[in-house]
Amino acid sequence: MAGSIPASATASVTAAAVPRVGPWQEAWRRFRKHRLAVVSLVILSLLVLAVLVGPFAWRLPIDEIDFTARLEGPSWAHPMGTDDLGQDILARVLYGGRISLAVGFAAMMVAIFVGVLVGAVAGMAGGRIDAGLMWLTDLFLSLPQLPLLLLIIYLFRDALTQVVGPELGVFILIVIIIGGFNWMQVARLVRAQFFSLREKEFVEAARALGASRMRLVLRHILPNAMGPVIVAATIDIAAAIIAESTLSFLGLGFPPDVPTWGRLLFDAKDNLDFAPHWAIFPGAMIFLTVLSINFIGDGLRDAFDPRRVVAS
Amino acid sequence: MTEDDLRGLIARVKDGNLSRRGFVKRLAAVGFTAPMATQLLAIAGAAPAAAQTLPAYRPTRRGGGGALKVLYWQASTLLNPHFASGTTNQDSSRVFYEPLAGWASDGTLVPILAAEIPSRENGGLSGDGRSVTWKMKRGVKWHDGQEFSADDVVFNWEYSRNPQVATVTSGSYRDVNVVKVDDYTVRVEFPQPTPFWADAFVGGTGQMIPRHLFKDFAGPNARDAPTNLRPVGTSAYKFVSFAPGDTLRAELNPNYHMDNRPYFDTLEVKGGGDAVSAARAVLQTGDYDYAWNMQVEDEILKRLEAANRGKINIVEGGGIEFVQLNATDPNREVDGERSHISTQHPAFRDPAVRQAMALLIDRNALEQFIYGRGGPATANFLNNPPRFRSENMRFEFSIQKANEVLDAAGWARGRDGIRAKDGVRLRFVYQTSVNAPRQRTQAVYKQAAQRAGIDLELKSVTASVFFSSDVANPDTYTKLYADMQMYTTTMPQADPERFMNQYVSWEVSSKANNWQGRNIVRWRSEEYDRIFRESQGELDPIKRAALFVRMNDLVVSSNHVIPLVRRPTVSASLNNLRHVLSAWDLTMWYLNDWYRET
Repeated sequence: MAGSIPASATASVTAAAVPRVGPWQEAWRRFRKHRLAVVSLVILSLLVLAVLVGPFAWRLPIDEIDFTARLEGPSWAHPMGTDDLGQDILARVLYGGRISLAVGFAAMMVAIFVGVLVGAVAGMAGGRIDAGLMWLTDLFLSLPQLPLLLLIIYLFRDALTQVVGPELGVFILIVIIIGGFNWMQVARLVRAQFFSLREKEFVEAARALGASRMRLVLRHILPNAMGPVIVAATIDIAAAIIAESTLSFLGLGFPPDVPTWGRLLFDAKDNLDFAPHWAIFPGAMIFLTVLSINFIGDGLRDAFDPRRVVAS
Repeated sequence: MTEDDLRGLIARVKDGNLSRRGFVKRLAAVGFTAPMATQLLAIAGAAPAAAQTLPAYRPTRRGGGGALKVLYWQASTLLNPHFASGTTNQDSSRVFYEPLAGWASDGTLVPILAAEIPSRENGGLSGDGRSVTWKMKRGVKWHDGQEFSADDVVFNWEYSRNPQVATVTSGSYRDVNVVKVDDYTVRVEFPQPTPFWADAFVGGTGQMIPRHLFKDFAGPNARDAPTNLRPVGTSAYKFVSFAPGDTLRAELNPNYHMDNRPYFDTLEVKGGGDAVSAARAVLQTGDYDYAWNMQVEDEILKRLEAANRGKINIVEGGGIEFVQLNATDPNREVDGERSHISTQHPAFRDPAVRQAMALLIDRNALEQFIYGRGGPATANFLNNPPRFRSENMRFEFSIQKANEVLDAAGWARGRDGIRAKDGVRLRFVYQTSVNAPRQRTQAVYKQAAQRAGIDLELKSVTASVFFSSDVANPDTYTKLYADMQMYTTTMPQADPERFMNQYVSWEVSSKANNWQGRNIVRWRSEEYDRIFRESQGELDPIKRAALFVRMNDLVVSSNHVIPLVRRPTVSASLNNLRHVLSAWDLTMWYLNDWYRET
């Protein structure tokens, strides 16, 4: 769909033989061929379902302190064991998953939105605007993310906390910052797509028919440029989850009583050799989520890349 | 114990019917600290305050002990004792520099550069409490071969009190006068009768720097002295190399003034890392001989000890982990300053709220499940030396009682379960440093408070920020831009004057003093101020102790200060290392006697 291949003779022959499928159906067909990606999709769906529905089914509170059940290994009462205050780790992992995943998806949205906007403007406008925007992109690419994140949290946490409360305030901050630092790849991708697409015959045709610039972008170019963007988006989710975990692990980010996955690892690290279950479960969650998202991204790339031959 | 009893006891010691140790024990039983008791004896002229309380030193020759490796998980950054803010810098300086005397763990003074401890008999102490005469050891040489003399002592006094030098030790030297009597004798003179005379030239703030190397840097250029990073002292170990923020190396001083010492040929003080990995490096892997300040949950320490390579050393001191309830309003800005002293905290001004807060922390659980041996629960702010410990304070954990107190005071629960009155909601920001036991304590406190209709918003700040003196940073503990906070405060010496000054009204931390004031909770009481002033001139140790007990009771019963657990100094060492530790002096205070049993 990248549109970089001219319609070939073989393509028109197969088009006649195979029943007509839309681009999304075609992508799904190709995606299914990537077995790991399909397995990953199932795992990720289960994870998402678990953190969304789980807390309703598993009703132990996340902060119930029980000194009689400290550092217990997995049991029926506590399937993932307990931490050193006797708090149920399963409940905390489920709750933390909501935050970690929400941060991942929200930050991805921010990144994609900014990236597509910058890329599209640069790609359509060209000239000085393009050069300026690309300079900006390079500038952002060269900023060290983590130190800046620390600085911004330090500068703005109090102000934002007073307006929207500690959890939401930090959530907004983290999402905006992580999103605000992951859009550059997307912008470059989109710009490159726009450069090639806007010279394509179907765009010329639309332009000849008198389509406005806006309509050209929204109806003709953008949909055709979405494939690589979706792939980039999946990678962004993984990066955002890791970034949030890093922050929580450093003891920054969310308040200490909010059990994000990174915070759980941070709390568990001192007890690693006595109570490995405390670290293993949240660690496995981060691992599984990021791994499956990466595989899904891999599968999507196959699915959206028409040059790639998928055995059918 | 009444004054008469005490005088009787002292008389018995003088007559030889009662041993000094027996005397100290008896006084300890009624709540006097050992240092105070021994000072009492010294003032009364009953006995020399020299200590026989050090562990025996067995090596019979100097050197041959190989390397001693010490681990500090906070690294030191400079090696001048007069600029050493923070324990790590003081300890690193103490490797090279020595004071006239140091404090042993039982609170007695041990001569180091002094020939003897001043007392009434040897003429060192004057009867009116206005001067102390120190006689110094002869033949002590600096590491570069120069002779150590009274001129050096006088120089340290001038250097430290010079405002242009801006030392951190100036508090010990500012108000005294030092006179050179002869080359090996100096006299410290006080403007008024001073009960606690062993401050200047003693312990951590008493470390002597050499005059001949610092005299050209005794002004505004003091910070540029090359010897700030390359010390030349009198101690058992000589300087080899120093990487600020990392490693300090030293080697045996062949001309040390104590026989057969030191035992080790080289010394390495490695800085950096965190408390848990430091504990592992000693207790589990045995890579290091000694690790300082084990701020680690006891559970972990116990499991590491099970490896049987090393042990945990617990030395009782005055350190206390406590909660402060801000007396001022952290959310209102006055003259560009939050928590301004002219404001009042909207909720904590009600004694009922403070009482409820004190009822809601389960100290026994903290001791039992979080701090263990490193944190016995306490109701007092001033716990040590034992003679200053109040018997009047009690602590209690009762959610039900807290609820009753709040109900009675008219704080009614809102729809979200949080209590409020006149538009003030019981919702507090509770800050502390990033440190696992503190985050556990926060969680325990928050849960109990929740059940009483109080919502605590937890905040944890990186320790290097929280405890910094950075004026621009809003998250430091001295600014207290939060409703409540928790940390440990330590007692620098065996006398509580420098400890209990943190609640006097003239020490309130504010913008005007760059938040350097010691009264961080900003609680003020005329009665407290008056008693504190009285104690400063009270020569009678028993009356003086009673005054400090009263001060403790005042501040604790205000509930603006909620003591949680005592924090003895906890360190880790290999089983075969023989060290001399004291909670009243620096870790390195008697490094010359450390040896390894083979």
